Amino acid sequence: MTSAFDFIFTSANWSGPDGIATRLETHLWVSLTAILAAIVIAVPIGLVLGHLRRGRIVAIAVANLTRAVPSFAVLAFVVAAGWGIGFLPTWIAMVALAIPPLFVGALIGVSEVDDSVIDAARGMGMRGWQILWNAELPLATPLLVSGLRVAASQVIATATLGAFVGYNTLGRFITVGRANQDDAMLYGGVVIIVVTALFIDSLLRLAGRRSLRWRKPEH
Amino acid sequence: MIAQDEPLIRWDWLGSHTDVLVERTVQHLELTAIAFGAGLVIAAVLASIARRWRWTNTPITTVTTVLYTIPAVALFAALIPVFGVGITVPAIALTTYSLVVLTPFLIVAFDEVDQATIDAADAMGMTRLQRLVSVELPLALPSIFAGLRVTAVTIIGLVTVGGLFGLGGFGNLVDDGLTRDFPTLIVVGIVASIALALLVDLLLVIVSTLVSPWQRGAGQRGARRTAGRTA
Repeated sequence: MTSAFDFIFTSANWSGPDGIATRLETHLWVSLTAILAAIVIAVPIGLVLGHLRRGRIVAIAVANLTRAVPSFAVLAFVVAAGWGIGFLPTWIAMVALAIPPLFVGALIGVSEVDDSVIDAARGMGMRGWQILWNAELPLATPLLVSGLRVAASQVIATATLGAFVGYNTLGRFITVGRANQDDAMLYGGVVIIVVTALFIDSLLRLAGRRSLRWRKPEH
Repeated sequence: MIAQDEPLIRWDWLGSHTDVLVERTVQHLELTAIAFGAGLVIAAVLASIARRWRWTNTPITTVTTVLYTIPAVALFAALIPVFGVGITVPAIALTTYSLVVLTPFLIVAFDEVDQATIDAADAMGMTRLQRLVSVELPLALPSIFAGLRVTAVTIIGLVTVGGLFGLGGFGNLVDDGLTRDFPTLIVVGIVASIALALLVDLLLVIVSTLVSPWQRGAGQRGARRTAGRTA
């Protein structure tokens, strides 16, 4: 393990096109754009379907079916289909994997809002969009955020896998470290990947808790 | 790079390589069964501890959440230099994910049992064990099965990821396909992995309705918690 930290704390390993800094940046950048694209695609549809109280069965089926598809499978399939290697298959796989949890989170979150809340909102003179925005969306936040956390952990993991199809992400330290039997690099890469994944997850958990500060504590 | 004129799947390959397919299927099932069984036992112990001594709930949940966040590739990669390419690495890694997914489900499943029912069982003079076996367990079964389904499907997907490191199962086909630029292997590996996951999922649904016939349709109970990791 000490060699892993030697690897991480050697400043030369941070610079250059194959350095930690560049790969970390690529890793995070591709993850962020993939998540944003998936949010734009999945969340509006989920929210509207949830508002209309439709598609719950579809959502459950989507959740069950997509769980059976490993991220590695999507990635490899895009490569097999001949869409190239590197960025494109990685990014497509990431978006495809982030969509289901976001969609299901939005849809189930909104459709589980209590009917009495909606009646009250309507009684206050709100219309459809206002009800969705002011009443349903805030109440759906916990499930939306948990969907986002699942999506994010998938995306970060898939970015790592991208290295196996030739993309210059943090996963490269694993593939190159293995190929060269360089355990310091391998373990250094693993530590950086795990820390990155944990950091993003805690950040999202914190954001989720902050967005709920107006709620009375449940426990 | 994959040749432009290479078809996604060469059907004649399938016919002439049934032995390979059988071998990979057996490996995949073996690894899944080990992780599923070991994970279930450890998760049951952890869940009982968390329910018996409430203060252990937070540390157990925290540890499982942290482990859950670690990408499978990283865990496989870290274990291989230590244990080599054998059954040890997938057994350890997959059992870890298995218990990490299952433990929270088990805790919730037993927490959801109505307190009034438990009081009634106590009033009837049941011992702790009697109450557990004949009251709590049957009532918790639908939620337990929801957890078992998520776990099984997750594990089957993660076995495939292990193929990247040549750890056996359908993932090996995908890995071979990637290194040899042979799409048929990739497609066959993926389709087999997904089909196996769906088949096992269906099987668990059937078993679930058989063992708790009074709770039909309760499989949807897990819908809220259903968003699980795939890999």
